[in-house]
Formats: sequence, structure tokens, C-alpha cells
Amino acid sequence: MFVLENVIKRYSRRGKEVVAFRADHLEIAVGSYTAVVGPSGSGKTTLLSLLGGMLSPTDGRVLFDGASVYDLPISGRTRLRRTRIGFVFQTFNLVPYLSALENVQVPLSLAGKPAKVQRQRAGHLLQQVGLSDRVDHKPCELSTGQQQRVALARTLANDPEVILADEPTGNLDPESRATVLSFFDNLHRAGKTILMVTHDAVATIRASSRLSLRNGLLSPEEELQRAA
Amino acid sequence: MNLFTLVWKELRERPTALVTSGLAVLLGVAALVAIRHVVSASEGEVGRQMQSLGANVLILPKQASLQNYYAADMQQHTLPESHVSRVLLESLPGVEKLSPKLSTTVRIGERDVTLTGILPQSEFQTAAAWQSVKLFSTKHVGCKKAASCGPKTPSDSPDTLVTERAIEQLKDDEVVIGADVAEATQIKPGTKLSLLGEQFRVLGVLPRTGTVDDSRIFAHLHTVQRLTKAGEVVSAIEVLGCCEDAAGQLVPQLSELLPDAKVVTISHVVQAQVGVNRLMGNMSLFVTAILVVVGGASVAGAIAANVRDRRREVGTLMALGASPGYVASLFLIKALCVGLAAGTVGAVLGMVAAVWWGPQWAATAVEPLPGLTITAVGVALVVSLMAAYWPARRAAKVDPCLCFQEV
Repeated sequence: MFVLENVIKRYSRRGKEVVAFRADHLEIAVGSYTAVVGPSGSGKTTLLSLLGGMLSPTDGRVLFDGASVYDLPISGRTRLRRTRIGFVFQTFNLVPYLSALENVQVPLSLAGKPAKVQRQRAGHLLQQVGLSDRVDHKPCELSTGQQQRVALARTLANDPEVILADEPTGNLDPESRATVLSFFDNLHRAGKTILMVTHDAVATIRASSRLSLRNGLLSPEEELQRAA
Repeated sequence: MNLFTLVWKELRERPTALVTSGLAVLLGVAALVAIRHVVSASEGEVGRQMQSLGANVLILPKQASLQNYYAADMQQHTLPESHVSRVLLESLPGVEKLSPKLSTTVRIGERDVTLTGILPQSEFQTAAAWQSVKLFSTKHVGCKKAASCGPKTPSDSPDTLVTERAIEQLKDDEVVIGADVAEATQIKPGTKLSLLGEQFRVLGVLPRTGTVDDSRIFAHLHTVQRLTKAGEVVSAIEVLGCCEDAAGQLVPQLSELLPDAKVVTISHVVQAQVGVNRLMGNMSLFVTAILVVVGGASVAGAIAANVRDRRREVGTLMALGASPGYVASLFLIKALCVGLAAGTVGAVLGMVAAVWWGPQWAATAVEPLPGLTITAVGVALVVSLMAAYWPARRAAKVDPCLCFQEV
């Protein structure tokens, strides 16, 4: 699904050039569940941004289904994120002035779905994540676990093929973490491609493959056996 | 859920900053609308005053003053009556009526009154036919007073002396008398009156004007010239230009045509009002500038602050598939809402204030002007949109990777 060819991302900070990410060749297969681990500042967010079509590499190509993402116009990359890629954020990034239902409606609205379809789909997704009784609650009226479940429902609104997750369990209590990870398992089983950046060892062992990232360099892929 | 829902929900969530910035626009629009209403009403009042004064250009003997003229045009100096024909022959644009006058004092009983000789308009038509000239030009270029320009349908009523400073028909043995003279002498229309040894029939009594005309008796110019043995002269020639602008243009033309005469415009009579209008007109420009600068800066500041506060939200929306145009629209529509709300409330407040306090400010009744009010709302919208343009552009360029930053 994703192929990174000779990708380098450099930043310039106070006149000094820093390599934030480098990958000579990386493939993320369709239906894979990949965990990327590494310390803070190792380039995990840069990797997600590159894959999400939000940060063009200094060198190299990022291919999505064979097409170079950064050769697409801005509108093409926007469409890609809107229809084929879903994001999950560590701090959920829910719109604070919208209700749970409205937050889930946002991607549907961006995709041009009619209001009735939006409400039905958003309601259905919230029901799936066990929040049918919280549809009118604003994020500040929900627990962190509930907020992440709303964010998950929002991610799935347009039924993306890929889910890019940034520390999805980083701010959650163990119970909420287990719930979110079980959702990820279900999504993986349903054929979604998941790439998860995490510090969480429990989350890492749920993934089918693991990448280690240190100082912007990806270490050789290590196959993991899922815990029985 | 759509773009407008998103804007509306956010506006409801964080109204304070925008209410503050909207207040600047509101006050600017209110001041602008109020001032323009008063100026417009005051300009109308000047027009009415000019019309009530009748002539807006006077041709006087060189030595005469306007004070002499307003003191019943009694003066020792005169002009040749041939000046009237010269003006007529010249066919100057904007001349609507000419009214030559010669005044003298006569005694009726125990009372001195002013006998003023005037030339009826019918005699101009005869003169024009004789001399093959066009009787008075049509309106001058740029005249807005289309309806009243050019020759009018003649009226035989003596009241036109009051309303138009001229009379259509007046025979040699007829007089029209002012309201004060009629009241003091108990003379009625149709009765006979003896003046300077001749008998005259009273054609009519003029309505009271509160001017020196109330103490006048009007007779035919040539009769007064004959009875006073003054010869073919006049004390003054009143020229009715079709509007104030025309009067202004006529003065130099007439001065050139009649170098031995003094040509003055009587617009200075309403100069105080014109001055106030000019001042308020300039003030409205100043207020417009304030509206643009302060209101615009206020809206721009509020929208820019809003963009700063919502960078992460914008980044998230972009990650979810919002285009830069969509993001810019979020802020432009918000500015539009502020402009529309502040502009509408400001325009209504300004209009109400002008109608309410206008009579005290400008001594004239102020009528609501819907066109002006709608234009002011339009100005507020344009100012708000322009002010929000750069912050909105900045929002559209927000780095979507911000969505990954931790709070």
C-alpha cells in the first residue's frame, strides 16, 4: 500500500540541518498492522506526516497504491486524506464546540454527504463504539476514553483503507486503552491497514509487525508473533 | 453539518472577541449612517430654501449692495433694461426665468409702501418670438433637478410671484398687492386703487411670505418706469437658475456678458446650512475612514487571534480532508457574519438616531433612507471581508502536521 523510496526529511534549525527521517526503502503492505516505536524526537510524527500527505520529503518518493503522493496536487492529497486515510491522535483532537455526533459528522460533511446521511452514519458509528447515549455531549463532557472512542468513530466515518494512529493509547487509562486496542484488532481483522506510532509496549505487541525508529532512521523490520 | 453550521457553532462558543470587534464596526456604521442621513436631509433643506428664495442669481448695479436688495431693492442706482434682452439673446444654459424689477416708494393713506415694477413672463415670449431666440435654455449639463428645468406650464395665478418670483400675465393697469398692504388698507381683489395719479385694478393679494414682499405692490414694469419717469431702467434683474450648480456657473458667464453690472449668487444666504452640510459631508468621509481603519483593524485582529487559537483545530480539519479553501472560508464567513450583524444593527441605530435627533442637529426633519442604510451594511461587509482576508489566507496555510502536536 505505502512504499517509501529513498525518503529523507531534513529540517533546518538555527542554521543547522537536522535529518528528521530517513528510509531507503520501506513497504507497508495492505492489511498490515504495524507498530512504530522509538523515543521522543526520533521522527515518528514526521513519518506519520509523510505518509498522510501533509509533509513533503526533502528527497525521495512516497507512493500510495503506486502513485507518488507528493506529485499529486494539493487537492489530490486533500482528497486522499478525506477518503482513504484516517487519523487517530494522541489527544483526540475533537472539535471542542461540537457534540460527539457533530464531531463524527465532520469528515462526512467534508466528503459532501447529505445531512441526513451524516447523522445516520455518525449515529451508527457512535453506537458501534458504545456511545449511543452520548451523542449530544461535547468533548469536555466526556471522559478521555470516551473522547478517544468518538475520535475513532470520526476516523472511520468515511471508511478509510488506512489508519494512521499517533500514540492512540498515550492518554488513556488501562481500561480505555484495552477498549481502543480491541477496536484496532477488529479493524485489522476487517482488512484495514494500520500504522500506529506508540510508546506503549502493550499496544506494540498487538501489532503484526514492528518498526523501530531512532534518530530518524528506521531499523530493519522485525516480525512479531502476536501474543497468543 | 456543513461549513455554515461549523461557523455558527464556533461563533456561539466564542462570542466575546467578535462582539468587541463588531462593536467598532457597529459604531462606525451607526455614525456614518446618522451623519449621511442628516447631510442628505440638510441638503434637501438647502434646496428648498434656495427654491423659496426664488432667484439664485442677482444682477445689480455696480454700486448696489445685497443689503439694499433685501431692503426692498430700494437704491439710487439702476441698470439699463436692455440688459434683460442681452441675457435673453445669449441663451445661457440653466436660466429658467428672468425677472427685472424697478422699485419706488408710494404713499397709500398714511402708509409708505414699495411699488415694484415687474415684467410679466408673457412679454418674454413675445420678445423671444420677435427676436427669434429660444426662450430660456433647457437644463444645464449635470442638472439633477430635471423636472423643474426649462420653461414650465404658464400659470396665471398672481401667487407665482411668491413661488416663482415671476408672474405670467399683468396688464398695464393691474396691480398685485402684498399681504401686509392688503391687511392695512383693506383692499380686496377686483377693487380699484389709485397710485401716482393713476387708477389700477387689484388683480390679487399675495399670500403672506414673512418677507419684504408682504409690503409691496407689484405693477407692470413699464407702467412704473413711465409713472416715475425713470426711463428704461431696472433696479435689479433676478435670474432663476434651474439649480444651485447652474447658478454657480451662471455668475461668471453673466459677469462677462454684463461687465457694468454686479452679478452675485444668493447662495450665501444659505451658506451657513451649506457650510454645515460640507462639514458633515467631510465628517462622514472621516467616519468612513475610521470605520475602515478601526473597524477593519478590529475585525482583522479578532480573526487573526481566532486563527492563532484554532491552529490545531485547523490542522485536524486538514488531516480529515478539509481543503485550504474550506479553511479560509471558515474565517471569511465568520467575518461576514460579524460585518452583517454589526453593519445591520449599526445602520438601524444610525438611522433611528438621525430621525430622532436630526431636527436638533440640523434644524430639519430627517426621513429614513433605505438605500443609504443598505449601502452602509454593504460597506461593513466589504470592510469585514477585506480585514479577514489575510488572517484567512494564513489559516489556509497552517501546517496540518500541527494536529500531531500534544496539548
